[in-house]
Amino acid sequence: MEYFLTDEQKMIVELSRKITNEFIIPDRARLDQEEIFPTEILKKIADADLYGLYIPEAYGGFGGGVMDFILAVEEFSRGCIGVSVSFAANALGIYPVLAFGTEEQKQKYLPAIAAGTSQAAFGLTEANAGSDAGGVQTTAELKGDHYILNGTKQWITNGGEADTYTIIAMTDKAKGARGASAFIVEKGTEGFTFGKKEDKLGIRASATRELVFQDCKIPKANLLGKEGQGFIVAMKNLDHSRPGIAAQGVGLAQGAMDAAVKYSRERVQFGKPISAFQANQHKIANMATEIEAARCLLYQTARTIDAGIKDFSQESAMCKLYATDVANKVANEALQIFGGYGYMREYPVEKMFRDAKILQIYEGTNEIQRNVIALDAIKKSAKQDR
Amino acid sequence: MNIAVCIKQVPDSDKVTIDRETNRLNRTGVPSVINPFDENAIELGLQLKDKHGGKVTVITMGPPQAEQALRDCIAVGADEAYLITDRKFAGADTWATSYTLSLAVQKAGDFDVVLFGKQAIDGDTAQVGPGVAYFMDIPVITYVKEVEKTETGFKVKRVTEEGYQLWEVDGKAAFTVVKEANTMRLPSLKGKMRAKSATITTWGADDIGAEEEKIGLKGSPTIVRKVFSPPIKTNREIIENEDPKQSVKELLGKLKERKIL
Repeated sequence: MEYFLTDEQKMIVELSRKITNEFIIPDRARLDQEEIFPTEILKKIADADLYGLYIPEAYGGFGGGVMDFILAVEEFSRGCIGVSVSFAANALGIYPVLAFGTEEQKQKYLPAIAAGTSQAAFGLTEANAGSDAGGVQTTAELKGDHYILNGTKQWITNGGEADTYTIIAMTDKAKGARGASAFIVEKGTEGFTFGKKEDKLGIRASATRELVFQDCKIPKANLLGKEGQGFIVAMKNLDHSRPGIAAQGVGLAQGAMDAAVKYSRERVQFGKPISAFQANQHKIANMATEIEAARCLLYQTARTIDAGIKDFSQESAMCKLYATDVANKVANEALQIFGGYGYMREYPVEKMFRDAKILQIYEGTNEIQRNVIALDAIKKSAKQDR
Repeated sequence: MNIAVCIKQVPDSDKVTIDRETNRLNRTGVPSVINPFDENAIELGLQLKDKHGGKVTVITMGPPQAEQALRDCIAVGADEAYLITDRKFAGADTWATSYTLSLAVQKAGDFDVVLFGKQAIDGDTAQVGPGVAYFMDIPVITYVKEVEKTETGFKVKRVTEEGYQLWEVDGKAAFTVVKEANTMRLPSLKGKMRAKSATITTWGADDIGAEEEKIGLKGSPTIVRKVFSPPIKTNREIIENEDPKQSVKELLGKLKERKIL
């Protein structure tokens, strides 16, 4: 399929592919088995100037948009989504500063992220709040020139590894979701500690930890946007970042399919390569078609966002939903083509199969995505009746 | 530090096959890359620049399409690039190539050091580096692994089959660089964008003031008698045992079996 990428976008793909082939693929099994955070690979990505793809040039970035960013995420995900999520979570962590930050906040935090010398993370989820953002129990109390944070965030990607955190906390519990606010918290702030690293089914190279706030005192200047805007910050941030998860789905699916097709040409049974059997050919045909459909939806969504279209919640949810469902289906079928070998750790599809599941869960489960899409469709219909 | 790196564009050896009938390389459709050993020379040049400041200039003699190899050097951080190209250079052997390159290097600037890969993977002669140094009348040290700047020149580590030698050289020098020296860095996005729009200076025979009888086929004393692929040695066997006595016994048995002993 011709996607009419610009010369710069072709360069982004070429560079990301080189990093994937030379550094991610050879090391992914070790990173997964030993749960190693991919610090060295992230350094390579930073040296290639890919950290600042979506950050304006004025803050040391490339000045691109979602499209430029997802091209890189897709390529890295072909190799390992444990690595690609560690990279992509920076965007989730810093986008609120980009979209809602003051000039001072932007000057302070964006250049280090753009250069890749600093990592970011986003803290919304708690034991009793995730997609139901109104259930956040972490509090931020204004005392003079400072806010005092108390509470615990759960399952935070890049937790402990990141230097800059965007945290959603309640400034006025009585107002529910409208009482939430967003804050920038720096690693090393007194009263801010981390829980143990979670032991996960997949994306084991990525770091997932609890963020614990105990009378954590942060300057008033670290409030992002206005008090009460926290829920909007969180929702806009998720709308904006969901294509990144879709890109992980497309990349993972492509990687799984490529491995399965290659294997089917090499594996001989009944005197023929198993790619000669129609049962496998139909699997390959379905995988190829669905991956391309997911990619089309993803790229068009990214371009919609970059074109400045205001409301893209539905598109963003659609591409996340579709691409990550495809990723799970493809990982499953690819493993089936590998048969018994696919179940073994020696072959990469076993890891892809485990990794794929998180895509249907994080940044809003796919059930939540369906809610967003359906509500949007129902609202549009109601508007037409008026 | 003013650094020159001479490079060659070669066919990607992973993708080249040999035509068994004619014993020639099947070159059609094979992508071209920077000679792998030249990548080590480029990286060494960039490291010297990182440490001491200055400029890295890359120079290649080749057909017009060799320009891509120069752009790839700019993408990793080279500052300037020169393409030495002319139909008159066609058929040059290592002698004529060395002469031609030496003129280009001298015209391109006043360099403190001129770097080369230890050899090109297509010709494998390892002659052009020393050849250019000869024509420039500067000292050359081959198979260099490490370079350190001194007050008056350079201190280098030269790899030998048994280990390494330490050499010191005063003033300007040429070095040919081995694979063990480093791994070339990845290009960056900004580098790639710069490479795309960079101006590559192109010089022909007249631009560098080359004498007609010293370049191209005319200036090449080498005569190729025969090109062939050497027979592939087969049936190698390594006899390995905890106890060497056992290995010797097995070896003698095998030699007797084949009636060699």
